[in-house]
Amino acid sequence: MKRICLTVIGLFLLFVHGFSQAAPDTSTYKPRKLTFDEANLVSSYYIQNGDHSAIRGGIGSEHVTDLANGIELKFVGVDAKLRKNSLTAGLGVDHHTAASQAWISKTGASRRTDGMRLYPSLDWTRENETKGSTIGGGLYYSNEFNYQSAGLNASVSQKTKNNGEFGVKVSAYLDQVKLIFPSEFEPAGAYTVRANGEERHPDYGSSGRQTYTASLSFTQVINKRMQGAVLLDLVDQQGYLGLPFHRVYFTNGVDSVEKLPNHRFKLPVGLRLNYFLGDNVILRGYYRYYTDSWGLHSHTASLEATLKVTPFFSLTPFYRYYVQTAADYFAPYATHVVADTYYTSNYALAGFTSHYFGGGVRLAPPKGIFDKHWKMLEIRYGHYTQTTDLVSDVISLNLQFK
Amino acid sequence: MRKKKRWLIVVSLFAALLPACAPVKEYQKNRLNDSEMSLSSRKVEKNELNFQSYREGSSGANGGKTGGGCGCN
Repeated sequence: MKRICLTVIGLFLLFVHGFSQAAPDTSTYKPRKLTFDEANLVSSYYIQNGDHSAIRGGIGSEHVTDLANGIELKFVGVDAKLRKNSLTAGLGVDHHTAASQAWISKTGASRRTDGMRLYPSLDWTRENETKGSTIGGGLYYSNEFNYQSAGLNASVSQKTKNNGEFGVKVSAYLDQVKLIFPSEFEPAGAYTVRANGEERHPDYGSSGRQTYTASLSFTQVINKRMQGAVLLDLVDQQGYLGLPFHRVYFTNGVDSVEKLPNHRFKLPVGLRLNYFLGDNVILRGYYRYYTDSWGLHSHTASLEATLKVTPFFSLTPFYRYYVQTAADYFAPYATHVVADTYYTSNYALAGFTSHYFGGGVRLAPPKGIFDKHWKMLEIRYGHYTQTTDLVSDVISLNLQFK
Repeated sequence: MRKKKRWLIVVSLFAALLPACAPVKEYQKNRLNDSEMSLSSRKVEKNELNFQSYREGSSGANGGKTGGGCGCN
């Protein structure tokens, strides 16, 4: 696996070295302070049903709802050297409910079946149009009751003289997983119960998880109507990679907490190809092959066809096909044997096929929607089915203001 | 392993062939510059990509996050 990665990185660097950038016209740039450029509001509502809850060892309700709201503010300025600086500040808030959380208690009596997640982010890029290069950096934080994550990234990209662009981004996520075990594995007296019935746990403790990623990309204009991209991620994960409240039931009826290796290497490779067909149709194709050190392999293929009813109003039906093999450590409810070294009954690691289809509507009139500052409205709905019987629906809304 | 090598060869060939594509001048890019022709994911797709990464075993190579956040794994 390491040899493959080194070969890929070597090939990539060879390509980067082989191209240079012609100096473009920068006369349109004049120095100006960082000023507000655009705001994006993205909201989604997600609802899911299934019957393979990981908390109950692969059985029971997977009913989940999630309401996600995010705002992104982008500021743009040009410095004295005519480099374009962009600063994007984001804040997201999710509220979810999950029926299976009640079963952290053996009897299904856990009171907490919902939760919040808060995730601010900050990204900065500096584009030097003369050299065709861009550098950037970002900070990210996410906090929810049982999980904290802090991330940072740095990126660099270089345009080529042939309408291409190479990009490299390195990221690190340093996470802490709160060790909330199923009630039967808690030591006696771990919980105290208040007069109002609320359960209090003085100290769960936590365990670390680290994710390091190198993302390589190459985009290329192929002709006047077509452009494509090759995307490759090298992802290395270490630490506690399971979740402490996921049960596993063995063939002898005894249960335990899922146990997974403390290292995982992931290698996804993606290809994107966009084609402008005629004057009113845009086809967006995507394919990804994924493999990892847990023995999971997958193929993803999707196609979107955007129909531009007018230059400013479009309809986009889409379809996504996905198939994966099971991870080496997965087995359904009550089929693991006690002698197994690693075990999980989390159906995200099972073998299955999924289909996702739906459509979107996008409205972006040049004079704005009702107001000149409201530039764009996009609504998208999708229906998702897995051969594990999991079914979900998601509806999303994006509003853009300038 | 042979399958992976074959795949890497295909991707490398694809990347090597792309620079040999037809030259396109700036003034010929009106279609390519259409916002719907973007090679990155749409903003409205952000939460779709999130739920897919939680409900499926694979993630990445789509310009999205590859780690962090959400204890639902």
